Amino acid sequence: MAVIYADNNATTQIASSVLNEMLPYLKEYYGNPSSMHTFGGQVGKKIQEARAQTASLLNAAPEEILFTSCGTESDSTAIRAAIKSNPSKKHIVTTRVEHPAVKNLCEQLAKEGFRITFVPVDQNGALDLDFLYQSLTDDTAIVSIMWANNETGVIFPVEEIASVVKGKGIAFHTDAVQAVGKIPIDLKNSDIDMLSLSGHKLHAPKGIGALYIRKGTKFSPFLIGGHQEKGRRGGTENVASIIGLGAASKFSQELMTKENTDVKILRDTLEKGLLEKIEHSFVNGAKERRLPNTTSIAFEYVEGEAILLMMDQFGICASSGSACTSGSLEPSHVLRAMGVPFTAAHGTIRFSLSTYNTMEEVNFIIEKLPPIIQTLRNMSPFWKQNQ
Amino acid sequence: MWEYTEKTKDHFLNPRNVGVINEPDGIGEVGSLACGDALKLTFKLDKTQRIADAKFQTFGCASAIASSSALTEMIKGLTLEEAGKITNEDIADYLGGLPKEKMHCSVMGRDALDKAITYYRGESQKKIEGEIICECFGVTDLEIKRAVAKNGLATIDDVTNYIKAGGGCGKCHEKIQDIINQQSIGTIQIQPKMKKKALTNIQKIKLIEETLAREIQPALAKDGGDIELIDVDGDKVTVKLRGTCATCSKSQITLKNYVETKLRELVSDSLEVQEVN
Ligand SMILES: Cc1ncc(COP(=O)(O)O)c(C=O)c1O
Ligand code: FES
Repeated sequence: MAVIYADNNATTQIASSVLNEMLPYLKEYYGNPSSMHTFGGQVGKKIQEARAQTASLLNAAPEEILFTSCGTESDSTAIRAAIKSNPSKKHIVTTRVEHPAVKNLCEQLAKEGFRITFVPVDQNGALDLDFLYQSLTDDTAIVSIMWANNETGVIFPVEEIASVVKGKGIAFHTDAVQAVGKIPIDLKNSDIDMLSLSGHKLHAPKGIGALYIRKGTKFSPFLIGGHQEKGRRGGTENVASIIGLGAASKFSQELMTKENTDVKILRDTLEKGLLEKIEHSFVNGAKERRLPNTTSIAFEYVEGEAILLMMDQFGICASSGSACTSGSLEPSHVLRAMGVPFTAAHGTIRFSLSTYNTMEEVNFIIEKLPPIIQTLRNMSPFWKQNQ
Repeated sequence: MWEYTEKTKDHFLNPRNVGVINEPDGIGEVGSLACGDALKLTFKLDKTQRIADAKFQTFGCASAIASSSALTEMIKGLTLEEAGKITNEDIADYLGGLPKEKMHCSVMGRDALDKAITYYRGESQKKIEGEIICECFGVTDLEIKRAVAKNGLATIDDVTNYIKAGGGCGKCHEKIQDIINQQSIGTIQIQPKMKKKALTNIQKIKLIEETLAREIQPALAKDGGDIELIDVDGDKVTVKLRGTCATCSKSQITLKNYVETKLRELVSDSLEVQEVN
């Protein structure tokens, strides 16, 4: 059975150009980039090339790019570095809809004695900026706001927020794991101090990430060891994956326009088709300021895991905002923070597309999903009485 | 991805006995949209008082649907007495087992069956005691009070983690906070006395940590200070002060007067506090 992959916010397929760049460094060029000999040194040169490619995607300088093992490590490094270099400050500002990589870290820091402000969002997923700005104090060590939400695709005005935060002399970090490669990012002309990204969301392999650290930003390493990455992260480099991330940065930079035209058309067609064919369904989150590839659709009176497993019968891969997939009974913290009613939150499915999807696939989903929802609704005790 | 057995998948993809029986002898409804799963079970008896037909409607995940389907198959042909003996493990076994996190789906089947039998026998359904505080999860004031008292819950989040109340729309938060406040007025007076009795070393350290985190840290934080527990050796508690406390000339006084008094009051009378640099 063919796989119809519509779960690209979870992870993406490695681009073949990326894999081709990587393979020699898993085979013949296995030298250590720190070595004095030419055999290792040539690997070091290739890493510098990758650094420049990733920097170019963000319009940053190569020295501002630190390679890490994943998006989660980048987030932890950034936030821990900010609080370490401001030891007297005990307050952190973030949002109620962050990925666990930031959310759970902040909850941990609360236990370590930090005061955390979780800025709320409205029913469209938009951030309460007044609340955010009012929460800033002299005690605030860092503000960490995601660029785009992984569940809804909603984009936050991080550049605007960064300039206000910077104006108060507070460090600003953004988890841009879902934004990088999907929307243009220009760090040189922003006030963002640190930015996290993850390779496997932009057609590089899993297990490689990067942290952008603006020149002059106070920093303190998370992994202490050798002098790799100029002493900012100890540990022999994941050479092939770093080269993969560089190649993927180039790949997505070249495809940026396509992402915002072709992929967006696929997403809009899918969304429109499903909403038209399935009554009692709606999109979670603002439709305008949103990633071009993501749609989060609530199908009322059915449960997400059941929908996913029925779609799985047709090879369709997506994600749910429902809790049942994680074992708890409560729907996702993102949908809850937006005040999405339970009737809808439990039946929310996230489709996230990429440049590898086709219109045939989109039409296949539009054909297969309505009968699935109908079957489940016919089984549901709430369906008839709520129509 | 959940590991479902072939039989669970089969009952999910091809559920048996979906629907509602007209003029049923028994009806049992459990769960709600808020909870994420719900089941309506109906059955009809034949002349020999055996279950002739059973049907279900379920809102929920794959294992909730499969458990409901399995239940209807299992009870057909049984007397009510026989059916009443079915346990939730029986339902899970029938499906070849359920993931641990999904056992509540089989519990839901068992509960619905109970209710349906009770309905037939005309026994009054168990009345809900107390006043519903959290509508999203149908939790009453009595349940919240009990949970707060029994587990020493201190925040709304604690309450949500224990009994779900407050985990939905949030409009009940004020009422939950009221209950916590009422309860803690009672406990602040009782707790120290109870807790001062014969503590094991581990209990003592735990309690010191808790007291630091709950009482002392927030108070110091108001002045921009913080305290870290370094060691507990018998009755000697070693701490380190950070932030403004550490440089403040009054820090000795802060320590003796405040930290020690608090720890003695809440943990043990014989504690002595000292500071490391
Ligand atoms: C917004 C966001 N942040 C962080 C991460 C974590 O990235 P990684 O899986 O590379 O640790 C993800 C991935 O799911 C994400 O979507
Ligand atoms: S009433 Fe909605 S969370 Fe309690």
